[in-house]
Amino acid sequence: MDFQVVVLAGGFSKTLVPLVSKEVPKALLPVANRPVLSYVLELLEQNDLKNAIVVVEGESAALLISSWISSTFVDRLDVEVTAVPEDVGTAGALRAIDHRLTAKDILVVSGDLVSEIPPGAVAAAHRRHDAVVTAMLCSVPVSGPSDSGSSGAKDKAKKAGRYNIVGLDPTKQFLLHIAAGAEVDKDIRVQKSILRAVGQMEIRADLMDAHMYAFKRKKTFQSLRREVLPYLVRTQLRSELLLNGAQSEENGNGKDALQNSKILLSQLLANASTPSFHEIYALGPAGSAPTLRKTHKCCVYIANKSKYCARLNSIQAFSDINRDVTGDANHLSGYTFSAQNNIIHPSAVLGSKTTIANSVVLNHVTIGDGCSIQGSIICSNVQLQERAVLKDCQVGAGFVVTAGSEHKGESLAKKEKQ
Amino acid sequence: MDSPKMIPLEGRVDDPLRYGIHGVKSDIIEPHPLESAYRSAKVRQEDMKRRILANTYGAAFPMKMELDRQILSKFQRPPGAIPSSFVGLEALTGTLEGFGFEDYLNDPRDSESFRPVDMHHGMERPQGPARRILRSAGPARALSIGSTRPDILVPSGIRHFSPWKFLVPRYDPAPRQPSTDLVRHYPHAPLLSPLGDPRAAESSVPVGSYNPSDFLSPSATTDCSDDPLSPRLSRMGSSGKFAMSLPSDEFDMPVAKLKDDVTLPPNVSDGGANMEVQKEKRAAGGKPLKEKTTKAERRAIQEAQRAAKAAAKGEGSKASAAAATRVNPTNTGKPGKADAQKKDSSTVTASEKKGGDRQPDKDRKKDTPHPRMQFDDENRVEKAKKRSVVKQTEARNRVELFRHLPQYEHGTRLPELESKFFKLDSVHPAVYKVGLQFLAGEISGGNARCIAMLQAFQESIKDYSTPPEKALFRDLTTKINSYVSFLIECRPLSISMGNAIRFLKTRIANLPLNLSESEAKANLISDIERFINEKIIIADKVIVKHAVTKIRDGDVLLTYASSSAVEMILVQAHELGKQFRVLIVDSRPKLEGQRLLRRLVGKGICCTYTHINAVSYVMHEATKVFLGASSVLSNGTVYSRVGTACVAMVAHQFRVPVLICCEAYKFHERVQLDSICFNELGDPDAVSRDYTRKEINSLDGWANSENLQPLNLIYDATPSDYVSMIITDYGMVPPTSVPVIVREYRRDQLWL
Repeated sequence: MDFQVVVLAGGFSKTLVPLVSKEVPKALLPVANRPVLSYVLELLEQNDLKNAIVVVEGESAALLISSWISSTFVDRLDVEVTAVPEDVGTAGALRAIDHRLTAKDILVVSGDLVSEIPPGAVAAAHRRHDAVVTAMLCSVPVSGPSDSGSSGAKDKAKKAGRYNIVGLDPTKQFLLHIAAGAEVDKDIRVQKSILRAVGQMEIRADLMDAHMYAFKRKKTFQSLRREVLPYLVRTQLRSELLLNGAQSEENGNGKDALQNSKILLSQLLANASTPSFHEIYALGPAGSAPTLRKTHKCCVYIANKSKYCARLNSIQAFSDINRDVTGDANHLSGYTFSAQNNIIHPSAVLGSKTTIANSVVLNHVTIGDGCSIQGSIICSNVQLQERAVLKDCQVGAGFVVTAGSEHKGESLAKKEKQ
Repeated sequence: MDSPKMIPLEGRVDDPLRYGIHGVKSDIIEPHPLESAYRSAKVRQEDMKRRILANTYGAAFPMKMELDRQILSKFQRPPGAIPSSFVGLEALTGTLEGFGFEDYLNDPRDSESFRPVDMHHGMERPQGPARRILRSAGPARALSIGSTRPDILVPSGIRHFSPWKFLVPRYDPAPRQPSTDLVRHYPHAPLLSPLGDPRAAESSVPVGSYNPSDFLSPSATTDCSDDPLSPRLSRMGSSGKFAMSLPSDEFDMPVAKLKDDVTLPPNVSDGGANMEVQKEKRAAGGKPLKEKTTKAERRAIQEAQRAAKAAAKGEGSKASAAAATRVNPTNTGKPGKADAQKKDSSTVTASEKKGGDRQPDKDRKKDTPHPRMQFDDENRVEKAKKRSVVKQTEARNRVELFRHLPQYEHGTRLPELESKFFKLDSVHPAVYKVGLQFLAGEISGGNARCIAMLQAFQESIKDYSTPPEKALFRDLTTKINSYVSFLIECRPLSISMGNAIRFLKTRIANLPLNLSESEAKANLISDIERFINEKIIIADKVIVKHAVTKIRDGDVLLTYASSSAVEMILVQAHELGKQFRVLIVDSRPKLEGQRLLRRLVGKGICCTYTHINAVSYVMHEATKVFLGASSVLSNGTVYSRVGTACVAMVAHQFRVPVLICCEAYKFHERVQLDSICFNELGDPDAVSRDYTRKEINSLDGWANSENLQPLNLIYDATPSDYVSMIITDYGMVPPTSVPVIVREYRRDQLWL
């Protein structure tokens, strides 16, 4: 279908510090005992996308990830791992691999996406509208531990997830405005020209940018310095990129009979199709603007609420996703779970009389006798000594929980090593 | 039925080698009274008509008519797989107006195996054994029952006896199939078979009379299974077999009943066994023959057999009795019959199952759903569903009258298709995009859809490369077929698209063999380009040129919805400086007129906009009505956006001329009298929704109501009475001239 897939796997994220360590980059963070990247790659595999470029920040992380991929997906996917310098951002990463991209459109997926939404839907919406960029939006996942969890509603859990401010046109097909929640201070700036062209704009805060985009390739990224998506959205009515280069020529020397019939043809097609506000704007107020104004379309695909979609971009999200994957969305992980919704790696050693509920225990964890663990994530090589009690905790790799200690809602990690 | 028309050669064929010795018996014995009555009534009617005409207009008039008739009925089958068209003759005799079951039953174009002729066939036809049969099929269509004498009917039943239009001579399996199978091809023939073989009906041994073995020696019986070329084929045998193996009909019922009561004589089983033996012999010895059959033919034969089997299964006892003698010759009477029936049905299901797990690509090619598939036929719908790409949920509440048309739950199809984006490797991205746009309703209008489709095909041909060991024109046709079936699943084809596809396929089939792949591709791409240019763009220009002359200063022109041709006319007239006003009549739910209004007002044309419920009011002002059309059918019926008929009728009532603007490539030889048989159903939700006033959605949740069956028709048919003139690229013509254009120009220019 003439699409290339780029997976942005990130590097060692600072926001996930107790979980992410030098040995475990963000992409390899285990969700239900599988690296989070495997969810994306398997989603691609399911959709017959066998080729992908994985972009990783930092050489060391790239090495780790490529060795993992080559061992896991050896004959299933044709994955190429590329390292880019750290902190280049989305646009930078794409620009760095620009020479590799040959297809007409590119599908960019964030490596920390855990979702069951077929990427084809985004690609199809992209193609249908002939858009420059199509973003997938999903509803903000429910954050915090579920009510069934023993801890109940902690005030920490109440913290709202990261949200985006999204402006949509009335048909909910075009993206008019997007701002990350963190960037919004008090006010939103919306461009008047866009607002005037559309007439009506719907601002929503319940949607989240799922970081799955379809881009049109042609030179899109070269002129960009800032974040790709907001820039494209902002400039959609005064497009400087690509597109209608051919059209202006046509207007220039439209005397030729052949050319003339081409214009007729395109007009015929344009008249027959439902115009988006872009086209109406491009034609000018009375449909008789002397030269076509250049526009490009930024589309959205709003995922169905019933489909699971979440990003692993915070510790809270990590535990949420782990909980969901073990619970509601357990079809994603492909595991069967114990009645208590636990995921326990086979290499973990459990002592006698331990109780574990709603928790994730990763590989080579040693749990002493009489421990009680609820709603926690215990990373690899953690040692829990006897009678340790954990509730809603994240325990970083290699940590040793001392005997008889009690923790509630904490994240524990080896501090001395960092 | 047509007037008497004798085919001189076939009045009496003295060819004992082929037809057996001519029996005097058939000449002496009176035919069945019903048959003779039927025949003589026809003749008398014709005669009377001629006499009335002679009295009214003088003797020259009927003579001229007779001359016309002779000329028109000489019309030969055109090359290619287009069913031969006798529109001229039909128009002359008035059969065009009539609507018999031959018009909708077993139309060859409904056949799933219908596809353009391939090279082998083209070679075989002029030289091979198929020739005679194929040739005769043309005139046979015009042959009327009234004219055919019984002695012709009986012996040459296979050859000539077919007043029905749905002969499929292209894929006529006659030359190399047992005649039983040939007969199965024409499931309606039995209607006349008792008439055709009156002796049989009157004879006192009812079963035997329908069983050849009673009359004939075993050797003659075996001949039934032979092909018509065989010198031993006996007249009796053929006719007997004819009657026997056909699905029953009203006329056959008594016979069938009788049959139930009488056990078959033992020599029947002998005959049957003989037949089996004979068949085997043929299979062993007839290898060279077999090799000649092309793939398409074999498939057609298989299809026909399967269809006939299914029909026979449904229809009941008679056919199964025939099957009993064939399949299970040792069993006699009822148990055997039941057994055979079971066996029969099991083979049918088995073959259907086999169809299920065939190669997907092959399957798609083969089963390209016909645009006019009857959706109330559950079997077919099931089959179509299995192979469809787009998951289609049938809407639950459908209007009874329109059950035969596809109607789906509209909300679900687009997301389904979108999510499969990467899984559909067989569909070219360009075609996929166009399909999505059709499905989402972003491209509408006959011209635009046709152009979009053709351009997508151009793209796909550009990217096409022939797989090794395959012929380009075959493989590409398969590809195009699969694209077309994909597009049909997205939205039923418009007639314009159907014509364009036919054009493209004919071009592919007629590619010179010595072309290299790149040349062939370039050829096709330029052909498509030419089609778009000549048939649409230039045609539109010519239409505009003609129509503009009809616009005078001070005119008030009424138009309905949005037609690209009409819009061009209005803009052109405005640019010429004519002073006129436009009334745009629009209708929900599409409100296409609004876009037209926006563009016209943008150009500075003075417009009035109203909805169709006010059409009788605004019609007072109008001086001319310009309408677009999706298609014009050969009886002059204009098939267009729903509401067009209403506007045309109101205009007619107000004595306002109605001018239809339609490119000639949209014409179709079909005849349609109402908008029920063939139509398209839109999203039923659209009629109940009002986007402008959300608060009054009183019909929300109607889908759950059993008693509510919303209907959103897309097209309607305007009878030609309400059309003053049709403006096409061949000039301004009355609606009655459409068949002439279809017949004369189409053949030369489109499907060379």
